[in-house]
Amino acid sequence: MKVNLKIWRQAGPDAPGKLVDYSVENIDPSQSFLEMLDTLNEQLVKSGQEPVAFESDCREGICGNCGLVINGVAHGAKGGCTTCEIRMRQYNDGDTITVEPFRARAFPLIKDLVVNRTAFDRIMSKGGYVAMNAGSAQDANLQPIHQDLAEAAMDAASCIGCGACVAACPNASASLFVGAKVSQYTWLPQGQVERSTRALKMVKQMDSEGFGDCSNHAECEAVCPKEISIANISRMRREFSKALFAR
Amino acid sequence: MIKKPTLDAKIPEGPIGEKWTNHKFNMKLVNPANKRKHEVIVVGSGLAGASAAASLGELGYKVKCFCIQDSPRRAHSVAAQGGINAAKNYQNDGDSVYRLFYDTVKGGDFRAREANVHRLAEVSNSIIDQCVAQGVPFAREYGGTLSNRSFGGAQVSRTFYARGQTGQQLLLGAYGALMRQVDAGSVEMFTRREMLDVVVVDGKARGIIVRNLVSGELEEYAADAVLLCTGGYSTVFYLSTNAVNCNATAAWRCYKKGAHFANPCFTQIHPTCIPRFGETQSKLTLMSESLRNDGRVWVPKKKEDDRKPIDIPEAERDYYLETKYPAFGNLVPRDIASRNAEEVCVQGRGVGPTGYAVYLDFADAINRLGKDVIAARYGNLFAMYHEITGDDPYETPMMIYPAPHYTMGGLWVDYNLMTTIEGLFALGEANFSDHGANRLGASALMQGLADGYFVIPYTLGNYLATEKPAPVNTNAPEFAEARKQVSQGIKDLMNINGKTTADEIHRQLGDVMIEYVGMSRSEEGLKKALKKIPEIRKKFYEDLCIPGNTKDYNKELEKAARVADFLELGELMARDALERKESCGGHYRVESQDEEGEAKRDDENFCHGAVWKFKGEGKVPERLIEELHYEHVIPSNRSYK
Repeated sequence: MKVNLKIWRQAGPDAPGKLVDYSVENIDPSQSFLEMLDTLNEQLVKSGQEPVAFESDCREGICGNCGLVINGVAHGAKGGCTTCEIRMRQYNDGDTITVEPFRARAFPLIKDLVVNRTAFDRIMSKGGYVAMNAGSAQDANLQPIHQDLAEAAMDAASCIGCGACVAACPNASASLFVGAKVSQYTWLPQGQVERSTRALKMVKQMDSEGFGDCSNHAECEAVCPKEISIANISRMRREFSKALFAR
Repeated sequence: MIKKPTLDAKIPEGPIGEKWTNHKFNMKLVNPANKRKHEVIVVGSGLAGASAAASLGELGYKVKCFCIQDSPRRAHSVAAQGGINAAKNYQNDGDSVYRLFYDTVKGGDFRAREANVHRLAEVSNSIIDQCVAQGVPFAREYGGTLSNRSFGGAQVSRTFYARGQTGQQLLLGAYGALMRQVDAGSVEMFTRREMLDVVVVDGKARGIIVRNLVSGELEEYAADAVLLCTGGYSTVFYLSTNAVNCNATAAWRCYKKGAHFANPCFTQIHPTCIPRFGETQSKLTLMSESLRNDGRVWVPKKKEDDRKPIDIPEAERDYYLETKYPAFGNLVPRDIASRNAEEVCVQGRGVGPTGYAVYLDFADAINRLGKDVIAARYGNLFAMYHEITGDDPYETPMMIYPAPHYTMGGLWVDYNLMTTIEGLFALGEANFSDHGANRLGASALMQGLADGYFVIPYTLGNYLATEKPAPVNTNAPEFAEARKQVSQGIKDLMNINGKTTADEIHRQLGDVMIEYVGMSRSEEGLKKALKKIPEIRKKFYEDLCIPGNTKDYNKELEKAARVADFLELGELMARDALERKESCGGHYRVESQDEEGEAKRDDENFCHGAVWKFKGEGKVPERLIEELHYEHVIPSNRSYK
């Protein structure tokens, strides 16, 4: 099969960008979307042109490195999967596909489809953990945890930090990302000691990074490859308010 | 065989169960006020790197941590599915530190170092305590206690897991600890940096040269010690279960600066992966080994039988694992399942478009247990398979084929995890020490975290307190020299101006590696590989093409530099495999099999680690050995018939 592509090309953060037309032929339907882009890049390189810069690593939907806006939707229209998990058989021969980066003020563009998401790391550094030095832990089974709580924590913890939630949000809010982390530790007994400082500090850092606030569009939940619920955002807000008034 | 001098692993004296305890007491300490005067470089941010950087930061050292990705949380440890072993014996089923030790030495086919493995088993329990305290959401029973499953043929249930995302959860735990130290100012994080050389001053590792992958600039960093936590080298095969950016460059550059490389031919090929579909494939996807609990492996009896599987009658199917290994059937260990799959495909009985696949059939299990039971057990895996291949495993048999997955070989380290360059340590998959010739399931995560949380904080302190490294900074001439070399290497690659991409060369190398240095290896094949790899290397240096320039985000340049190193490492792997004229674990030499065609170890001549010393560009490396002594787990034959 063959597809036509309109891909965002931008040489650097300060250079002007535009959509450029390409086409790729002889696509195997079993190819992944990123392998189709690999094929394009090999063509470009062999004809002396610069390949399209994009990121990926594990190519099985867990590292969170890949992330493209495909036909206007972060990680593509299929939903429940990352960009690297998309197979070409979901497209038709002759389709035109638009490919753009994850755009947000807090994700400055580096080149073409590559953006800088270190704002997420800085948010995590403010409380995305339980402060527990190596060697200080008690026996793991001393504290039973209700299975439902462990499962709820796991649901929230499955976030891969890809940033699709931010790219999809009209406000470029990171609320789903932060909400998932805050929720994980809210569910677990280990997270209780730092519960209120965590909510306050992570939310504050999110604001200072230039992410917008949540206004309940739920676009984030719709594109999240791990299908993380926006209930986590409500929980984050409750935790934040409680922490604020408890002070 | 000529006796060669054996390397000194510096294993502490005393009974096996007391070595680590005594060693911890005998090692020197750095007092808290002095720790902040020591700078430590950690390269890599996977389980080993993140846990090491975080733990050293907690102790008060000044740490600089480097990773190639945009965030430390992306390291490939994140992709580990199954679980992590520990000798907790929460199931009351007879597990113990000694049993985990025993199983690991035996599973490694008697090519791992006993003392290291025992230490690994000893600290395994602390790892689980640590991770639970960090808020890792492990699976739990109704009563709230931790859940365990059995894994990789162990007779006890000692594997802790967080759904099929154990690696992700453990990594996020370590990453959180790391980011906490970043916030505290004890760790400085450098993302999108690729280590291209280690700087050795007065015989000691004192820094690194990295390339900033965004600006393209070379940067220098000095320290009192360097920790290499850069993972394995399965991507030498091009197609593997590893992430596409996994590479051997940091380890290889250290090898060329004097860190010996041990057992490069010990690689693990995982039996249940989705087969390749064609030329443009970029990676192979692992399907959980648990599928073999209910799936039946078969191929047609007839060669090149292109009928649909459903049209092939029972009598014309060959359930080769069940016939050959009646006791274990479809549940034989990874290496045996992999080798047999390759064998039937080479005979021309493989299936699928490439002929390199075998069926994994659930029809019997669905008839016996019902579709619902199978869906409950494997639903997510079936969906993933359906998504990738377009075939529905409820309707038609899955197709699977083995894929390179893990490398047991790596930089040689002594008991303290120090390489043959003083002050350079290797942790996790990057070293060679704990898994011998074959790694057991759920043991990789255990080793990465053991090294980072509970071994290096002690042994590094001892090194710093004993050696008292003299002050050094990046003005030392060795930094300028290393930087010049790296810079010249990059220029040389850019100036080739040929027509072939790095990926094309990498695929050619991968084809040779999987054919001759893959699941079964012969003297003839290995000699062919040793002839073909230099030819591919020659083509690489004559016809490589890299667009763009060096002072920019340039993926093609990154890839080319990695392929250049794979082209040398691949040759060393072939050489190591050729010299090891025995079969053991993942290394199967067709010349070394018993009457029934099974792997035959040669303990008399090969009960040692093969340790390769770099002798200069274009020169044949020297094969040193580390004699292995088994005082507790007496070498026996593995039989699964």
